[in-house]
Amino acid sequence: MSEKLLEVKDLHVSFKTYAGTSHAVRGVDFHLNQGETLAIVGESGCGKTVTSKAIMGLLPEDNTIIDKKSGSAILFHGENLLDYDEKQMTQIRGHRISMIFQDPMTSLNPTMKIGDQIMESILLHQKVTKAEAYRQAKEMLELVKIPNAEQRMKQYPFEFSGGMRQRAMIAVALACKPEILIADEPTTALDVTIQAQIMELIGSLQKELNMAVILVTHDLGVVASVADRIQVMYAGKIVERGTVDEIFYHSTHPYTRALLNSVPKIHSNNKDKLYSLKGTPPDLINPPTGCPFAARCEYGMKVCRQLPPEVISFSSSQECSCWLHHAKADTSVLPEGMIRSSEKRSVK
Amino acid sequence: MSEKTMNPAQAVELDDELFQRIGTEGLSGEDIGKASLTYWADVWRRFRSNKLAILGLILLVAVILMLFIGPSLSGKDYQLIDSSLKNLTPSSEYWFGTDDMGRDIFTRVCVGGRISIYIGLCCTLVMFVIGALVGALAGLKGGWVDDLIMRFCEFLGNLPYLIIVVILSMIMGRSMFSLVFAMSITSWVGTARMVRGQILQIKEMDYVQAAVALGADTTHIILKHLLPNTMGIIMVNITMSIPGFIFSEAFLSYIGLGVKPPETSWGALASAGQQQLMFYPHQLLFPCLMIILTILALHLIGDGLSDALDPKLRQ
Amino acid sequence: MAEKEVLIEVKDLKKYFKVGKNAVLKAVDGVNFKIYKGETLGLVGESGCGKTTCGKTVMGLYDATDGQVIFDGTDIHSLNKQEKKEFTKRAQIIFQDPYSSLDPRMTVADIIGEGIDIHGLYKGEERMAKIHELLELVGLNKEHALRFPHEFSGGQRQRIGIARALAIEPEFIVCDEPISALDVSIQAQVVNLLIELQQKKNLTYLFIAHDLSMVKHISDRVGVMYLGNMVEFADSDELYSNPLHPYTKALMSAIPIPDPDEEKLKRRIPIEGEIPSPINPKPGCRFAGRCKFATEQCFASTPALTEVKAEHFVACHRVHELENC
Repeated sequence: MSEKLLEVKDLHVSFKTYAGTSHAVRGVDFHLNQGETLAIVGESGCGKTVTSKAIMGLLPEDNTIIDKKSGSAILFHGENLLDYDEKQMTQIRGHRISMIFQDPMTSLNPTMKIGDQIMESILLHQKVTKAEAYRQAKEMLELVKIPNAEQRMKQYPFEFSGGMRQRAMIAVALACKPEILIADEPTTALDVTIQAQIMELIGSLQKELNMAVILVTHDLGVVASVADRIQVMYAGKIVERGTVDEIFYHSTHPYTRALLNSVPKIHSNNKDKLYSLKGTPPDLINPPTGCPFAARCEYGMKVCRQLPPEVISFSSSQECSCWLHHAKADTSVLPEGMIRSSEKRSVK
Repeated sequence: MSEKTMNPAQAVELDDELFQRIGTEGLSGEDIGKASLTYWADVWRRFRSNKLAILGLILLVAVILMLFIGPSLSGKDYQLIDSSLKNLTPSSEYWFGTDDMGRDIFTRVCVGGRISIYIGLCCTLVMFVIGALVGALAGLKGGWVDDLIMRFCEFLGNLPYLIIVVILSMIMGRSMFSLVFAMSITSWVGTARMVRGQILQIKEMDYVQAAVALGADTTHIILKHLLPNTMGIIMVNITMSIPGFIFSEAFLSYIGLGVKPPETSWGALASAGQQQLMFYPHQLLFPCLMIILTILALHLIGDGLSDALDPKLRQ
Repeated sequence: MAEKEVLIEVKDLKKYFKVGKNAVLKAVDGVNFKIYKGETLGLVGESGCGKTTCGKTVMGLYDATDGQVIFDGTDIHSLNKQEKKEFTKRAQIIFQDPYSSLDPRMTVADIIGEGIDIHGLYKGEERMAKIHELLELVGLNKEHALRFPHEFSGGQRQRIGIARALAIEPEFIVCDEPISALDVSIQAQVVNLLIELQQKKNLTYLFIAHDLSMVKHISDRVGVMYLGNMVEFADSDELYSNPLHPYTKALMSAIPIPDPDEEKLKRRIPIEGEIPSPINPKPGCRFAGRCKFATEQCFASTPALTEVKAEHFVACHRVHELENC
């Protein structure tokens, strides 16, 4: 097994709002290996963006509470980023861990030339001359396949089209060749053809620079071709995780199944009823005591509403927290393949 | 998956009955946990949480109370001249002292303040009515109407304000009406621009298009959508404008173009006090203090309001 | 087939916007199609292709620069004020952005009731009963009537928008990217609701989206737009199983498939660059600049939309040569 580059342990993040404290992330553990792509999938408000911003130290300080109880940590090369101060984080951010966002228009500085924005990041983190930074910046633009890099360096973001802007943002993020790239819905705002281009670009850059990628998205369709492992988040918790094949072909959590089934298949019959989840995710100001998914789960049992489900692992990579895998649960109603053979089942 | 995981032994003890399948029975999954808040209730909630804004509100209420019940508390007449009581310093009898004609400054500050605030309110009202109407017309009609109005606004906005006011008060004579007229003649330009900008923005919102698609006429759209949605920013503009007018009035009275004696205002009082500054500084101090407190209070309220009304800060 | 009744006929519809002294943005440039009663017509294309402008012009929200939109026998752009108001009772629109499409100062009841009030359909208790009925129809409940839009999630708001459109019982609804801003799991909710309502009330939809798989799912026939032109138009199954235009082919191959094994096998047809600006477009086929099959003819003249197979229309000069590519 490869080295754990990043390890998130029991992360709790809450926000103060007028109506009370909203528990956005409620105990999340995961790790990221060198060079792999981990997808975090979930609906808006499930805590996936908050988790990635917590890693980057980008959460607003005035209303965020990161619970630093014993055991909570974000370990990067074994060092806890939660203990770092702003100055130390600046050394990490944009240098060793970078992030790209959904909207390239708001994350590029509109009054600065693209070239200068890439150079800024290089000059901030590396002791190089301006000429060297310029050379590296140009190389970066070529790397993200922007034609006429020399001229493009002198242009402003508004002179770029949507897809080009996203490429430029990737160039800024990767300028210092980070070890981890966090991509938060990088293609949601783009058209399908551009989306395909950008996903391919991220994939090829990852190999070239040997980075690890955390891909945050709400669309399972996007991750099928690029992710190594997937973790599904719901209401601030990870409900299931596994390798791509495990999640797509052997998912064990009803929520993962619902996500997979709600995407129409291009070969399916028209106007068949799509599988659809009823309702909306729970309000995290008063999170439910039992399983957070209980209110929308068609297989819900009484126990689901009362006790949080235990975590069960099916393989070295697949884990799921759902009461349906308990020995006493009635599994006859479940779709085929959802219950995995019992010898693999062990309660963690 | 940090959930306290139970050990298998414990898990076995769970009652069979708990595993009865109930689906989503009795739960809609659509419930909203938060209590319902109307728009203005929400604004008030956020305004209330702003300590400075509340301080401003308390200050303003205190000033206004003083202006209205002050004279009856002191029991003095603001016009009564008594040469034996000239230039007294503040005392328990004359709280703010007396002026060079022996009139009680406290009472004069209260009465003058009423005029100052009254003028401030009148000018703001005129500014708001003209500005909102013209701005809404420009924003709604667009095209050449918009062009014409905006060019006219630019023309008015570029005229030297002070010269206009001076000329107008000379032509129309010194009266309350001419003062209000002169001060508000050009001031509505800013409001008009702001309202126009807001209208242009809201006009493009999908909910306005939806109303058009539902067959709504212009009156419906103005009354139901444009007006309610510009109200917030107009309110901020109003609170922020009153101090400006109070200040202008004070300035005009100070240079002798303001209210006519025996009427008085904070500006006129400050002007009179300034002549005695060397020996009796309190005569200048008190009217100035009142101007400062009122303006400060209104600014604090305006700031609080604009924060409370900012949709981006809504949480 | 011949039995189908035409509800809307769009004839050579053009919508230009003046964007500068000598610049004209040709958002929709000569589009023709028919929508039959009770069907769903899908309109796909990338951003900037003019599909939304097309939908809004069909609704009469924009005045057409040229061409006609014939709704049940009359051109909607020739209606007077009163007739226009009558028309709005029959045709409605659902918007893309569930956040800007609901007035933040109005309660949900007033938002849904807006059309009822404008047309004076119901009053007092009857009005409230109707609003409650509509809320339940879209899967919400009575308790939501007095709340404000910001208290709802994106999917819930979109359903409120649907209830608003349904309140005046229209026959035809333009769905302008109703699911683009929603999470995948919520998209299915909204699409199911739309299909269910169509069956219940015999509605006709013009469904605009850039999500090709969802469009295929809901539509009977689909038109593909590129830079203000319709490049391909066919029955939805036919279009997806047998795309003929090079642009449609590239578009289809870019759809991400939620299945890792299929994704690995899939051959993606790369498409160079991005959509050019629709301002002062060059003559010739609009796609020519990005099309690897383009010939001189493609740059010289604009291909017309022609029927290459029964009910399958393509606008491409080389369609017959490329069919087997």
